[in-house]
Amino acid sequence: MEIYTAMRHFADSWGLLAMSAFFVGAVLFTLRPGGKQAANEAADIPLKDD
Amino acid sequence: MTYTTETVVVAVAAFLALLGAAFAHDHLFAVHMGILCFCLLAGTVLLMRRIDVSTAGAPARIDPSGYFDEVVRYGLIATVFWGVVGFLVGVIVAAQLAFPDLNFAPYLNFGRLRPVHTSAVIFAFGGNALIMTSFYVVQRTCRARLFGGNLAWFVFWGYQLFIVMAATGYVLGISQGREYAEPEWYVDLWLTIVWLAYLAVFLGTVLRRKEPHIYVANWFYLAFIVTIAMLHVVNNLAVPVSFLGSKSYSVFSGVQDALTQWWYGHNAVGFFLTAGFLGMMYYFVPKQANRPIYSYRLSIIHFWALIFMYIWAGPHHLHYTALPDWAQTLGMVFSVMLWMPSWGGMINGLMTLSGAWDKIRTDPIIRMMVIAIAFYGMSTFEGPMMSIKTVNSLSHYTEWTIGHVHSGALGWVGMITFGAIYYLTPKLWGRERMYSMRMINWHFWLATLGIVVYAAVLWVAGIQQGLMWREYNSQGFLVYSFAETVAAMFPYYVLRTLGGGLYLAGGLVMAWNVFMTILGHQRDEAALPTTYVPQAQAAE
Repeated sequence: MEIYTAMRHFADSWGLLAMSAFFVGAVLFTLRPGGKQAANEAADIPLKDD
Repeated sequence: MTYTTETVVVAVAAFLALLGAAFAHDHLFAVHMGILCFCLLAGTVLLMRRIDVSTAGAPARIDPSGYFDEVVRYGLIATVFWGVVGFLVGVIVAAQLAFPDLNFAPYLNFGRLRPVHTSAVIFAFGGNALIMTSFYVVQRTCRARLFGGNLAWFVFWGYQLFIVMAATGYVLGISQGREYAEPEWYVDLWLTIVWLAYLAVFLGTVLRRKEPHIYVANWFYLAFIVTIAMLHVVNNLAVPVSFLGSKSYSVFSGVQDALTQWWYGHNAVGFFLTAGFLGMMYYFVPKQANRPIYSYRLSIIHFWALIFMYIWAGPHHLHYTALPDWAQTLGMVFSVMLWMPSWGGMINGLMTLSGAWDKIRTDPIIRMMVIAIAFYGMSTFEGPMMSIKTVNSLSHYTEWTIGHVHSGALGWVGMITFGAIYYLTPKLWGRERMYSMRMINWHFWLATLGIVVYAAVLWVAGIQQGLMWREYNSQGFLVYSFAETVAAMFPYYVLRTLGGGLYLAGGLVMAWNVFMTILGHQRDEAALPTTYVPQAQAAE
């Protein structure tokens, strides 16, 4: 198969799936139960130190 | 400090540049290498003057804060300087459009000065702002000194050399003709080296952090650095005619070349002018408001959504061209989807002031940051709208596009940078506050009025231009000749020059304010009726 066609098919299938899965995973991980506490601590980082 | 090795390396490089000029393949390359040789010789002299001849064992000057801030101070001055230069050239090219007699051939033609303007504001002003704030922010949020010692100095001076070589090249007529990537192959190679050093300094500092979590501003800065490295290298893949010549040809051709160019061009907007400056927003807005960001989790989602979507939006610059239809539609769909993370980020920035809205009235620096975020929201709404094919068929190639770019650039990028400059200057030089709070207020109104005039005028101009181009009569002939549509633009071009002039005036007010603050003066002035007067803080 021509390189272009092969890459095009990969981008349309597994590539797309992998990137979508990573993105959805990142969002779900951010919104996980208990994530709020960690996020609030992280939000204070700039205010802690000068 | 004695920089023996550095001095020798710069001197040898100056000699090599001289050889490059002597054996040049073309005249332009010889002149450009002459300029390079001059810059490097000046650098050698400056470095030699730094040679320390005091007796061994004398105590070295130590920065008491533990942070490496001297390079940030240089960066702040460079940001202000290049900002004023970039705005000034912008006003000149705007005047050239209105009054073509102001084109002084060949060196000061519009075609040569326009890339000087775009590179000066994007790469010189914006780039220096990003480098200096990222160096400041990464140290504070990681609680670690900059990695690599003098490597940060190499990044700073190497980047200034890139700017000088790029700008002098444009005036001489050395250009690849790729929008926002005009420098020729040898200047591109130099920028690649400087950029990798920048990545090393930034990433090294993050890896040495004493804070377990990497604060979100650093995520944005790192995404900006990594993506710009990738975009710059791929877009500038080219074969030089001679290794001692100023001309090269892209390895891509036809529509692939066009798509590569706009994949680069749009992501330069997405990662240079957006992600990097969002890093600035996520640090300086909480600092100035003295409140944590509204929702940290929203900022993480903002980050990932921006990263995953922006990279696909480039094809919307090539609607109705030879680019396959599916690719145009893909670019459009991703651009429209981008609206959501952009507004998520805008809401996050604005809502940080929730419960402290009075600061917009009392603190002119907060006001500057808020208007920046408001313009971020406005231009990220306008952009997706313009990427819709039917809207684009009216707006493409018209002044509307220029108006859109400037509402983002002057409004978002410029204003958030001014806010960061006003926050940083007293901190970096250990002053209680800026020289004058009233002058910040003046800057705010001059800049805001300038943007409003500029953007509104170009909306009207662009829509009129687009409608004139597509106006048919009952027999199917075009109603207007092209020259008629150009002539119709005259009043708008004059007004836009005025808008740019107001913005430049604001920049000059800022430059004076920063200069006097650095010298340690405080203007004797009545407090603003509603001004919040910051309490004196111990120098850091």
